[in-house]
Amino acid sequence: MSEILRVNPIACTGRGVCAELLPELITMDPWGYPIVPRAELDDDLLELARKAVAACPVLALTLQRR
Amino acid sequence: MTVELVARHPARVARLPRLLAGPDDLRPIGLLEHERLHGPLPLPQRPGRSQRDSAQRRLIELIERSRLTGRGGAGFPTGRKLRSVADAKGRPVVVANGAEGEPASIKDRLLLSRSPHLVLDGISLAALAVKADRAFLVIHQRQRRLGASLEAAAAARTAAGIDPIPIEVVGIPDGYVASEQSAIVQYLNGGPSLPTFSPPRTHERGFDGRPTLVNNVETLAHLALIARHGDRWFRSAGVPGAAGTMLVTVSGAVVRPGVYEVQLGAPIGAALSMAGGLTERPQAILTGGYFGTWLPVDLAWQLPLTHRDFRAVGGALGAGIIVVLPDTSCGLAETARVVRYLATESAGQCGPCVFGLPVLADALADLAYGGRQGSARQAGTLIGLVEGRGACKLPDGATQLVRSALETFATDAAWHEQRGPCYGIDRAPVLDVPGDQADW
Repeated sequence: MSEILRVNPIACTGRGVCAELLPELITMDPWGYPIVPRAELDDDLLELARKAVAACPVLALTLQRR
Repeated sequence: MTVELVARHPARVARLPRLLAGPDDLRPIGLLEHERLHGPLPLPQRPGRSQRDSAQRRLIELIERSRLTGRGGAGFPTGRKLRSVADAKGRPVVVANGAEGEPASIKDRLLLSRSPHLVLDGISLAALAVKADRAFLVIHQRQRRLGASLEAAAAARTAAGIDPIPIEVVGIPDGYVASEQSAIVQYLNGGPSLPTFSPPRTHERGFDGRPTLVNNVETLAHLALIARHGDRWFRSAGVPGAAGTMLVTVSGAVVRPGVYEVQLGAPIGAALSMAGGLTERPQAILTGGYFGTWLPVDLAWQLPLTHRDFRAVGGALGAGIIVVLPDTSCGLAETARVVRYLATESAGQCGPCVFGLPVLADALADLAYGGRQGSARQAGTLIGLVEGRGACKLPDGATQLVRSALETFATDAAWHEQRGPCYGIDRAPVLDVPGDQADW
């Protein structure tokens, strides 16, 4: 089962925790909001992605099955 | 205008107009006149449960066979939407979206003020199809007169015992994004009229947490005619893969700006002919409105009005907006004004939209009015940063418009950067911006 990362842009306040925990995938835009790729997650990044999801202070980052 | 269309499509004998049938003025068509014109609404009177179930099933199958697609812009198959709402868990709700947020479109306003009973018929049919127990007709709050006439129309139907469930007319606040379907649902739920993040999707969890069918009012008006005349009749207008007619709003450099009913698959040029032809040499055509696409005239003229043909040229048919930009206008300045307007219409919820659209508007203004070197490239970079990153489609609408402007007006952009703005920036704008927030 493949999963993708999604950010809820309404909830996101640009704290930047996700980009710190997952620099392999998430970069920041010039305004401090995360750019999250739409691609399916490789298995080796899944665990880190879960940590980033859990660490988001406003619960804006989610993993969605597809 | 009927004669001309038939002449262009000799193989088809569809009689037009359909939605706009009736006297050639803007007076609202009353209930009696409506029934004389179209026949009574084919709803089972006081049905038993099994009768209602079979009527519901047959209606959804009929709409599926008609291949009607949404006329609000997205073009999603209406039958499939009805079925997914009917099959979802919970008692469904029907919302007719008549709150036209797009400044370049007036077709929903025209339809509602002229043929309210077609839309109200469609709402009742949709409610039957999904077994809804509540139905809303949504317009903008500022449309007081329209609201009063719709309420009167709904009351006349209640008195005549036509609608199985009452149709509630609701006014939503102003704003480009207020008429987005998740914003409407949030407002009906007592919240602010702002778009929400999906999932949950409206058709699964919308009003009151129930499956909610949101349809454009023109879509529902077509439904009212399909229920009367059948799916084959509906498909007798249009082309294979794009059935029926649609309302288009034509403006800009045409003799008679206004709303016209055309067959799907007719070329844009046919709609422009219905509007009396051009008043000036054209430079480009804006299709799809302020979320839309600038196309060069030679490409646009022959382009068939179907979702597929528009997608093939990188555009979107949208809600049928066609604006002709005259040769002496500046497409970059027009785009700059619209992007500034879209930036001010941001709901202010998503960072990339809040911060990205103003700087995108700045880059366009720099290009159009300042001719600053590198501003076109900067706009291109900003497109990549903003696109796909909002909860609603506002940022994507703006980036689509800018991308197509940079392509269609590429020569102008190079001219602006090398030699400064063109004379076109002094011309009165073709694209209206509500309230004219752009203050250069």
